[in-house]
Amino acid sequence: MATQRLSIRRVISAGAIAGSAAASVAIVAVLAGVLWYILWRGVGAISWEFFTTDPTGDPTGDPAAPGGMRHAVLGTLALLLMASAVGVPMGILTGVYLSEYAGERWLAGPTRFVCDVLAGVPSIVVGILGYELLVVPVGGFNAYAGAAALAFIMAPIIARTTEEMLRLVPDSYRAGSLALGASKSQTIVRVVLPAAAGPTLTGVMLALARVAGETAPLLFTAGGARLISADLGQPFPSLTQQVFDYATSPFPSQREVAWAGVLVLIALLLTINLAVRLLLWRTRARAKPR
Amino acid sequence: MSTPGHTQGPASGDAAAAAPRAGYAIIEAIRRGEPVTGQTHEQVRDQPAVIRAADFSLWYGKSRALHAVSMPVPRHRVTALIGPSGCGKSTLIRCVNRMNDLVEGVRVSGRMELEGSDVYAPGTDVIGLRRRVGMVFQKPNPFPMSIFDNVVYPLRIHGQRSRSELAERAERALRGAALWDEVKDRLRQSALGLSGGQQQRLCIARAIAADPEVLLMDEPCSALDPVSTLRVEELIQRVSERYTVLIVTHNMQQASRVSHFTAFMYLGRLVEYGPTAEIFQNPRLPETEQYVSGRFG
Repeated sequence: MATQRLSIRRVISAGAIAGSAAASVAIVAVLAGVLWYILWRGVGAISWEFFTTDPTGDPTGDPAAPGGMRHAVLGTLALLLMASAVGVPMGILTGVYLSEYAGERWLAGPTRFVCDVLAGVPSIVVGILGYELLVVPVGGFNAYAGAAALAFIMAPIIARTTEEMLRLVPDSYRAGSLALGASKSQTIVRVVLPAAAGPTLTGVMLALARVAGETAPLLFTAGGARLISADLGQPFPSLTQQVFDYATSPFPSQREVAWAGVLVLIALLLTINLAVRLLLWRTRARAKPR
Repeated sequence: MSTPGHTQGPASGDAAAAAPRAGYAIIEAIRRGEPVTGQTHEQVRDQPAVIRAADFSLWYGKSRALHAVSMPVPRHRVTALIGPSGCGKSTLIRCVNRMNDLVEGVRVSGRMELEGSDVYAPGTDVIGLRRRVGMVFQKPNPFPMSIFDNVVYPLRIHGQRSRSELAERAERALRGAALWDEVKDRLRQSALGLSGGQQQRLCIARAIAADPEVLLMDEPCSALDPVSTLRVEELIQRVSERYTVLIVTHNMQQASRVSHFTAFMYLGRLVEYGPTAEIFQNPRLPETEQYVSGRFG
């Protein structure tokens, strides 16, 4: 009886292992398929011109020669830079407040809750909000609105990861620093933040990767453009917006370029993610000796 | 911060249960909830004191951890605090540099004086206080930065920028902590790569780099192996020529090896306090005798 039950359990166990293995393989296969397809469709349109020229022809697009996406690549990088300039300090400072100052103060709970909610807000909501608050009042799409929308998505993510990472810093560091006559702010700036620098930076990169692929908030804020302008008050190009624009185009040549844009976007995200792994691996290697 | 006087509740049970049977006046008095005056030998009172606790009590929330402790700490001597776990030794030394401020719900009454001024007086410059009173913790806690950056940390936070000055003070502190020869060739390497004993000596170097008047040590050897312990003990003897050392230890042999004076604490009270040799070989109270001979605690 007991042995029979055991053999049933063995069968169930083997089934569970096989099932989870199959599910994992299926996911990896789908992902590999997607990546392969993007590569296959996109690589043909990748060329020197893709990175060095803006779209040519009139706004409706010259079907014969859609030109490159230089403007969109630069636009995305510029938007990320501007968004980081606002979102990173805001997020890190909020994380520092939550971890080091708020304690059990009444503001801590609501702040944490709001950050969690904001981190999960659908990005189209951020887009509409940006449109209402930053586009309509000034009368047109502009780069500032786009950067603000991205920063608004980044900040709560960074705040929460920073808080978590700072909490992992042993209290013995804080006590050691305070006992040497350091003020609380000196302790945070000189000991706590550097001790958590690696993982905090990882959180920043992940937030960057998240917003680099956002389309919805940009559609309603930065809009899009066929060229990049130094005037940030003008509609501003981005990879995702340009891909959206081309992918729905009636001209096959533009759809080709859209695939190349997707490929570049994926490569950008992959690079950020690899950088994160490298960073994590290095901080772990450094933390080890004891 | 400071509130009531002597609201003596009955002694809380855990440590009291470990006490010897009847016949011990002080323990009986503690059990009955009466105030207890510790036996402080004349030899201690004759010494010039740097720190002086006077009727000093402390509460963590509602539970009272220190009961009217009165205790001078002699200058340029090593004073050891011994007693069973939970007797308030660490709590007491953490009041000298006010590290207990970090704990929620701490209240104190009485005085804790450093060179005659009450460190708990309103308006006390706590940062200045902690510069004057260095502290070494139970577990070595070097910061995750280079050995050099660790040692000069207290100097840098106090605004010292000169590279030559920093280098000179770092060398002096590391020599003072008997660590210089071991680390002089790798000052730029991470302090976390040092052994536990080296880390603790680095923490001592860091604590003395800013030239404090007093060095507090909270069981500095409890996380170390015997060889490292020996080295740290030698170091404690050395630094006591320049600094007043107040050390908490669970190890009675250690107290007898390193200290000039020993205070025996029990259930938040100072029980007996005198020259180390007297406390260990010829204590006046039977409770002390029982404890130092290892029969309870």
